[in-house]
Amino acid sequence: MSRRRTWLLAASLGNLLFLYAPVAVLIVFSFNASRLSATWQGFTLQWYRVLAEDEALLAAVQNSLLVGLASTVIATVLGVCAAVALERCPFRGQRVVEGVLLLPLVIPEVMLGVALMLFFVSIQLPLSLVTVTIGHAAFNVPIVVVIVRARLRKLDPALEEAARDLGASAWQAFRCVTLPLLMPAILGATLLAFTISLDDFIVTFFTAGPGATTLPLKVYSMVKSTVTPEINALSAILVLVSMALVGASLVLQRKPVRA
Amino acid sequence: MADVSVDIRNVVKSHGAITAVDHLSLEVRKGEFFSILGPSGSGKTTTLRLLAGFEHPDQGDILIEGRSMRLVPPNHRPVNLVFQNYALFPHLTVFGNISFGLEMRRVPRAELRSRVETVLDMVRLTSKQDRLPAQLSGGEQQRVALARALVNHPSVLLLDEPLGALDQQLRQDMQVELKAIQEQVGITFICVTHHQEEALTMSDRVAIMNHGRLLQVGSPQEIYETPASSFVANFIGVSNTLVGHIRSLNGSCCGVMVPGLPKAQAIVARPPAGAGVGSPVTLLLRPERLHLSREVSLPGFDNALEARISKAIYNGSEMQYLLSLADGISWKARVPNAGGGQKRFLPGEAVFVRWTVDEGVVLPE
Repeated sequence: MSRRRTWLLAASLGNLLFLYAPVAVLIVFSFNASRLSATWQGFTLQWYRVLAEDEALLAAVQNSLLVGLASTVIATVLGVCAAVALERCPFRGQRVVEGVLLLPLVIPEVMLGVALMLFFVSIQLPLSLVTVTIGHAAFNVPIVVVIVRARLRKLDPALEEAARDLGASAWQAFRCVTLPLLMPAILGATLLAFTISLDDFIVTFFTAGPGATTLPLKVYSMVKSTVTPEINALSAILVLVSMALVGASLVLQRKPVRA
Repeated sequence: MADVSVDIRNVVKSHGAITAVDHLSLEVRKGEFFSILGPSGSGKTTTLRLLAGFEHPDQGDILIEGRSMRLVPPNHRPVNLVFQNYALFPHLTVFGNISFGLEMRRVPRAELRSRVETVLDMVRLTSKQDRLPAQLSGGEQQRVALARALVNHPSVLLLDEPLGALDQQLRQDMQVELKAIQEQVGITFICVTHHQEEALTMSDRVAIMNHGRLLQVGSPQEIYETPASSFVANFIGVSNTLVGHIRSLNGSCCGVMVPGLPKAQAIVARPPAGAGVGSPVTLLLRPERLHLSREVSLPGFDNALEARISKAIYNGSEMQYLLSLADGISWKARVPNAGGGQKRFLPGEAVFVRWTVDEGVVLPE
C-alpha cells in the first residue's frame, strides 16, 4: 500500500470516528445497567423495557408517526405536481417560482418556525398537531421537488409522447408511463421527508400547541430534568430507524431510469 | 380524391424566428411507402410531428383520410409514430409495450391477445414477449417499436429515422424487412430520413426537403435520374458538375460552353425547358455514368473530355477514380470491378471521359 493510500484511509477513519463515536457511545450506554450513565456496570435491556411502558412517551411516538405520515403525503402530492409542472410545462416567471419554492431549504429553520407560528396565530388557527403537520409539509415540499425533478429530467420526453401517440390522454400518459417511472424517486423522497419530519424539533417547537407533543419535543423535555439511560435507549432506536429510512431512500433514488 | 391518405395543404410552422416548415403542400397516396428526405434542419421531423399531432400548423391544414386534423390531439389521430430512439416503455415487457395502445382503446382482452400475437409473429419476437426492452438488442427494440405501432392498425404509420440507430449490416436487412412488412399490411408509411440510400431502397415516392421547403417529389428513379436542382442531385448521391452557358440550340440538343475548357469543346446536352442561347446552365453527371478509356477515338458517345487520374481507390465492388479536368475542375468516376482487371487506370494516367447526350442532366441556373 502506498503512503498516499495510508493517509487517505487514516483521514477517512478519523472522519467516521468524529461523526459516529458519540452516537456509538450513546447506543452502547443504552445497554448499561447503571443508573448513572458515566460508568459501565454490565449489559441490560431494562431501559428498553421501561421505554415500552412509558405511556406519555408512546403517545409522543404516535403523534410523531401521525404527523410524519400526514405531512409526507401532503408534501409528496404537492411536490410531485410542482416538479412535473416545472420540468414539463415551461411558463413565464418559472425561475422566480423555482427560487421561492426552494427557499425553505436555505432559510434558517428558526425563522421558518417563527414565521409559521405567527402566520397560524394571525389566521387564528389554533396550534395543534394540524399546524405541526402543515409546518412539516412546508419544509418537505422542496425536498420532494428536488428529488423528483432530478429523475424527471433523466426521463426521455418522447416516452410521454409515445403514450399520447398510442391513444393515451394526457392524464393516462402520466399515470401509465411517467408515474411508474418516477416511482423510485417518489418513494425515496417520501422516506426522506418522513425521516426529516420524524426528527424535526425546531419547526415543531414553534407550531405545536398544548398536547401536541412529538417525540423530539418529548425527548427535550425529558432531558431538561436528567439524562437517564431511558433517553439513550430511545435515541438509539431513533438513530437506527432514521438511518434505515435514509438508506432505503438512497437505494431507491439510485435505481436506474432504464430498467 | 379517394386514394389520398394524407393531404398537407400549404402548411407553415415556425419555431421562434426559424421557419421550420415553409408553405408545404404534399399529397401521400393510400398504401404508399413515402419518404421525406433532407439534411438536418430541413423541416422533415417537424413535418412528421405535425402529422402526429405533437405540433400544430401556424397556417394551412392537414387532412388524414379526408378529415381535418386541426384541433385533433395525438391520441385521437388515425396515425402511429415509430420514434427515432424507439421510446419503448422501460418498465413494460415487450408484450406490455405492444398492447399499450390497445389497452388505451379498451380493446377486449381476447382480441387484444390475438392482435398482439399476430404482430409479435410478424416481427419474429414471439419468444421474447416477456423480456424488458433493456434485455433486447437494437434490432429487436426497433421491431418492438414497429409492432407497438402496427398493432393499432393506423391509417398511416409514421417513421422517424427508423433505422438510424442500427449498424450498417442490420440497417440493410431491416430496409428489406420494413418494405416487406409495409407491403404485407398495406398501410401508408411515411418515413423521415436523412439517409438517401434508405429512402431510395424502400420508397415508392420520395420528397426532398431543405430549409423547410419542398424541393422535389417523385419516384426514386425520377429523383435520382432527373433531379430538379443541383441541391437534389448532390443530396442524392454524388454528382459531377459543369457550369456554363448555352452557345447554340438545335432542336432537342444544345451546345454548352464551359469556361476553362477548350473553346472547340462545346458539350452536347438536352436543353432545359424555356432555355435560350446565352442562358446560364449547370450540367450534372453521375459518377457511374462516365466511361473512361485510353482510346483517342471511340464511337457511340456524344461528349469526350481529357482528364488525368489523380487518385484511384479500390473499394471492393468498384473502382473509384478522382479525375482532374482542365481548369482545376475535379470529378469522380466509378467503374464496377467486372473482373479481369485489365481496365484499371493508374494515378497520373491521362484518360478520356465520355458520355452520351442523355446521360447528362442540364439545369437552368
